[in-house]
Amino acid sequence: MAEEQQLFKITIDGITIEVPQGTTVLNAARMIGKEVAPPAMCYYSKLEGSGGKCRTCLVEVAAGSTKDPRPMPKLVASCRTVVMDGMIVKNKTSERVIDARNGIVEYLLINHPLDCPICDQAGECHLQDLGYDHGLAGTRYEFKRRTFVREDIGPYVQLHMTRCILCYRCVYVADQLTDHRVHGILDRGDHSDISTYVSKAIDNDFSGNMIDVCPVGALTDRTYRFKNRVWFLKPMDAHRDCDKCCGKVTLWNRGDEVYRVTARKDPWGEVQEIDGKTAWICNTCRFEKKKASDWTIEGPTKIDRHSVISANHYAEKVQPPDPLNKVLFGRKPLLLMDIHEVSKVNTPDIDLSKIPGPATSTTFIDRDEAKDIEQAEAERLLINDHKELP
Amino acid sequence: MTKKLLLDKVHVEGIRNFDVYRREGGYQSVEKALKMQQDDIVEEVKKSGLRGRGGAGFPTGLKWSFLAKPEGLSRYLVCNADESEPGTFKDRYLMELIPHLLIEGMIVSSYALGSTTSYIYIRGEYDWVSDILDKAIDEAKQNGFLGKNILGSGFDCEIYTHRGAGAYICGEETALLESLEGKRGLPRIKPPFPAVKGVWDCPTVVNNVETIAAVVPIINDGGEAYSKIGVGRSTGTKLISACGNINKPGVYEIDMTISVEEFIYSDEYCGGIPNGKRLKACIPGGSSVPILPANLLLKTAKGETRMMNYESLSDGGFATGSMMGSGGFIVLDEDQCVVRHTLTLARFYHHESCGQCSPCREGTGWMEKVFQKIENGKGEMKDIDLLWDIQRRIEGNTICPLGDAAAWPVAAAIRHFRDEFEWHINNREECLIRNYGLAHYADPLEAVVS
Repeated sequence: MAEEQQLFKITIDGITIEVPQGTTVLNAARMIGKEVAPPAMCYYSKLEGSGGKCRTCLVEVAAGSTKDPRPMPKLVASCRTVVMDGMIVKNKTSERVIDARNGIVEYLLINHPLDCPICDQAGECHLQDLGYDHGLAGTRYEFKRRTFVREDIGPYVQLHMTRCILCYRCVYVADQLTDHRVHGILDRGDHSDISTYVSKAIDNDFSGNMIDVCPVGALTDRTYRFKNRVWFLKPMDAHRDCDKCCGKVTLWNRGDEVYRVTARKDPWGEVQEIDGKTAWICNTCRFEKKKASDWTIEGPTKIDRHSVISANHYAEKVQPPDPLNKVLFGRKPLLLMDIHEVSKVNTPDIDLSKIPGPATSTTFIDRDEAKDIEQAEAERLLINDHKELP
Repeated sequence: MTKKLLLDKVHVEGIRNFDVYRREGGYQSVEKALKMQQDDIVEEVKKSGLRGRGGAGFPTGLKWSFLAKPEGLSRYLVCNADESEPGTFKDRYLMELIPHLLIEGMIVSSYALGSTTSYIYIRGEYDWVSDILDKAIDEAKQNGFLGKNILGSGFDCEIYTHRGAGAYICGEETALLESLEGKRGLPRIKPPFPAVKGVWDCPTVVNNVETIAAVVPIINDGGEAYSKIGVGRSTGTKLISACGNINKPGVYEIDMTISVEEFIYSDEYCGGIPNGKRLKACIPGGSSVPILPANLLLKTAKGETRMMNYESLSDGGFATGSMMGSGGFIVLDEDQCVVRHTLTLARFYHHESCGQCSPCREGTGWMEKVFQKIENGKGEMKDIDLLWDIQRRIEGNTICPLGDAAAWPVAAAIRHFRDEFEWHINNREECLIRNYGLAHYADPLEAVVS
């Protein structure tokens, strides 16, 4: 038996969990669940070295560890901070964190074109989700936004640099999945540009994974561009025998037509791990196998990810007032009576076999009761008349 | 007259040459240090109370003692000569005029840290300084102070200069290491700190030029003697590069016991403000530190005289104090406009932001645009609050201190000179024609000059 791994106790937003040594705060929060997991735009658990850049996952460390319970003075990036035993972290319960996160969303959006209505990523965009959760209703930025010319990098991928939030994920993909990277960040600061060196095409079997890791719509699938909206498509798990990759994908269908093929995603929008390996897919599977007959379909994909499309749960949503009381003027609604309690149909006083012909409503009520109903009806009309007077 | 430790022999004829430097008592500390135990040197530096001269003021001895010493990994000393802070030029002065002092300090420090390969990362724009250092290294090598088996002690050391490409961000220690390795100068996420995992993933110490030079007098005279100079925890001497509206701009070596008032007005140092103008404001430690209006500069909020040392300059926190920083002393007289001045700084930080993390990348550019708007007579009152909001959310939320450095000057300008911003907004046409700012901040102390 190997040496037992030491477990560290960490409390995030009042929920305690034990995690193995070396886990980051963000991953510990993800183990607890969606409610406490900080958002992450640049961190990608499958890409080594990613994270720490977007600063949306900032959390407050209220106590560093049991040994040294001092709080950390600055907010820390949870994706790159390793859990210490007895650490107490505040995420959504900290006003500082929420304020900083609101600020970061504002910074990310000031130069973002907000062209969601025509963006292929809309509906599965992390920035869109983040904007709904933390963004302002309007912008305070009144200057010209930074723009770039659209660029086709290679036969399959189009780059919309204007939408890019410089998370560097696609750079890590090219570094870690493909045999050589031909694109990267050019220039510096807010005029940084992701591009290829001297317009070189990205031509690599795994370059399509850049599209999957892009948190926004900066890198889009040229074979799928403007074909459909993601929320109209039905995701299906499927596989095929592929000599380059694992061949396990999600097909996005509408009717019988396969509109696009992506890798399988986990609830955090990252490519899933299948059999201990990250299920990146190759360009052949992604771009060239667009017929349902190319695939063995396993069944519908369970989408378990918070997204704008599935959300519709706005905080402090104002419910419309119930109009029923107003239109009834305080009367008891006759229609909403439980017919079984009020009516004598089910417990008739008379023997139905003895009456001539079929039973009608008058069969069950005696004369007095019929009079009462008539009178009530008359009164109701009278009240209505009265109410309508000026 | 303060006793000078670093710049004492600067004006000796030909001090740049090895022979003259050696004749004037140079390289004695190497001879002395190589006979000492390595840990004793670290101990001596600890005793001296020397604090990092690059800006943060972290005790150097402590930093050295944090250096991890794992088996089988080499350790490195890197000298941060990427001096790019607006208003700071002390390191250039030192390297240009007395390069052997730095080389001497490098050899002693390398020996103390066990670094057999040490680097001087020098700013790209200092190309001629780099040549001067290269020549000094060559001379030291020829005379047996560098290379294999230095002075027969068995200690090998090589020093290389590495020229940067002119990015301010490469003055941040981890970005410097990235740049040294030949990558983009992007700051690393800490931890791990360079003392554990620095250049080529090996334990590394990064020190400022002046810090390394200060090791020489510490070894020569002993840490005890060094710690007696200065006051409190601000020991030794500090180079201040004074510029702006003063009669005698230049680099001065002070022993941190003089007051700010004396530094500005005495003839030994800055020599007062030219043309009989009055002092309005001052940035005491390089462009990143908060600006202080004259009344808070000369006296602390408690009414004590403000001295030129780490503690006194930071007295009152950022609300009423500032920082020693890297010693770039920028003086503004009554004619200067704080809004335009801060715009210049905001433009600088926007241009130099590396673009790695979002608050700094987007926020610095936004701040510059808002400043341009106010400066060009299109400002609105809400813009001041907007600026405050932007800087507040940058500060502390970034990977490296560049975000803080961009936010602090803006925060301090709004904190202390808010009505000057308001004046720009209320007098849109006037601020375009005559951009003087408000003179009423100017200090009543003008009598000292006249």
